[in-house]
Amino acid sequence: MNGVVVAGGGLGALRTAESLRASGFAGPLTVIGNEDSMPYNRPPLSKGALLNGVDVEALEFPRKSSVDDVDWMVNSTITKTDLTDRLLTLDTGEAVPFDALVIATGIRPRRLPFPGPTQGRFVLRTAADAAAVRARLRRELNLVILGSGFLGCEVAATARALGAHVTVIAADHEPMVRPLGDELSSALRRRHEAQGVHFRLGHTIEATNGGDQVRSVTLDDGTELLADVLIEAVGSVPNVEWLEGNGLDLSDGVETDSAMRVPTELAPVVAVGDIARHPNALFGSAPRRVEHWSIPTETGRRAGQTLAQILRGESPSEAPFTAMPSFWSDQYALRIQSFGMPGLATDISLVDGDLNGPCIVEYRDPLGLVGVVGIDRTSDLIPYRKEIAARSHC
Amino acid sequence: MLTIVVDRAKCEGYGQCVLESEDLFELDDDGVSVPTSGVGDERRDDAERAADMCPMQAITVS
Ligand SMILES: Cc1cc2nc3c(=O)[nH]c(=O)nc-3n(C[C@H](O)[C@H](O)[C@H](O)COP(=O)(O)OP(=O)(O)OC[C@H]3O[C@@H](n4cnc5c(N)ncnc54)[C@H](O)[C@@H]3O)c2cc1C
Ligand code: SF4
Repeated sequence: MNGVVVAGGGLGALRTAESLRASGFAGPLTVIGNEDSMPYNRPPLSKGALLNGVDVEALEFPRKSSVDDVDWMVNSTITKTDLTDRLLTLDTGEAVPFDALVIATGIRPRRLPFPGPTQGRFVLRTAADAAAVRARLRRELNLVILGSGFLGCEVAATARALGAHVTVIAADHEPMVRPLGDELSSALRRRHEAQGVHFRLGHTIEATNGGDQVRSVTLDDGTELLADVLIEAVGSVPNVEWLEGNGLDLSDGVETDSAMRVPTELAPVVAVGDIARHPNALFGSAPRRVEHWSIPTETGRRAGQTLAQILRGESPSEAPFTAMPSFWSDQYALRIQSFGMPGLATDISLVDGDLNGPCIVEYRDPLGLVGVVGIDRTSDLIPYRKEIAARSHC
Repeated sequence: MLTIVVDRAKCEGYGQCVLESEDLFELDDDGVSVPTSGVGDERRDDAERAADMCPMQAITVS
């Protein structure tokens, strides 16, 4: 028996391994990841750890004793998969056979192909990325952040706390606007501006300038901005290349059913975490990728149950997947918490507080409450969370 | 009986534990999570779920 191989060494990999054991799978279990550490917590990399220094051991997740016997391969990149022969190939040429496969390779930051020097251009996904950025951040540094999503805004807040001059450039007309909507995002922009962050919205970068090292960036309207460091936070690309050639739909991550099973007859395969395009019955039948920290845990739990059932010769549970998406973000002293899928709303309204202070914003679609966002009001969100969970399944 | 411990030095008061299992945790006046005492073994799954969901990984269940 070759057992289960889990591809990717992040949170989704860890939670799926734990769930396989909790669901009674006692066979061989191997996790293969290409970073040099055990699974660790990424959210602090744009917040506390970026502010105070990156200590990857302190960020490692505690692991349940049920996975003590798992074979963890670090620093190992999977380059190819053959689902027919049930064989993975590593960059060393080594072949790893499996009976069942867990896809948990996550995403990587998208890079834009503008010309110019590349030294001084950074992304933020791994502990190594964060350590490299941290080593450059200091008072009076000219920092340009491309992208005004949550990641870009968190880095802006942290860099201001370290005394850097911060400009955020983004094609969107307000920061974090796609999930949050116009009014809340413009109120949050004003809070960032009050902390000294400059925004150049509706713009993008055409080129970086300098010798080997970036000294400035040129925007699409010709403006040149000083930039000692450029951080790119413009979305993500799913890590699917190693799965090519097996007839899977890899157009946006890996599609799954509500049991996290990947539709293929070739082998038992599940996908979890940021890479999994999964349906959630609370929000219709369309499968979606959701890059929230709660998702690897929720999808990993379900995927572990599914694989354990398949490997016992049972058919996996057909129950709908209805886990509540949960997201938080820390910017300055602000704690932004969201439940559900606010980005799907057709109607947005402030229901409590003031957009410039603590507040609660409701996001509705024709079926009812689809999302809620609270600023500094986390514990008051319980009834809203319940209302979203009670949406009729569709 | 379950032993649920919140590491007060790690807890940042996100309240995810309270949102997962309202009757197992409560935020105190300092915004730090306090686990309910005297919780029976039948709640192990709920307690472990809350521990998994804690962004600071501050909760241990034994
Ligand atoms: C800086 C930052 C801040 C964040 N902040 C928040 C937040 O505040 N709130 C929130 O809800 N979410 C946040 N997130 C999102 C959250 O951390 C992710 O959703 C979560 O980490 C996804 O876990 P995963 O296991 O699916 O993927 P990952 O953690 O990315 O794990 C995938 C692993 O697979 C490895 N891998 C990829 N390809 C291969 C290959 N071919 N061979 C071997 N290994 C491979 C990768 O290197 C990686 O180690 C943040 C993310 C980042 C990066
Ligand atoms: S989820 Fe964790 S950090 Fe948040 S209040 Fe509970 S114990 Fe504290």
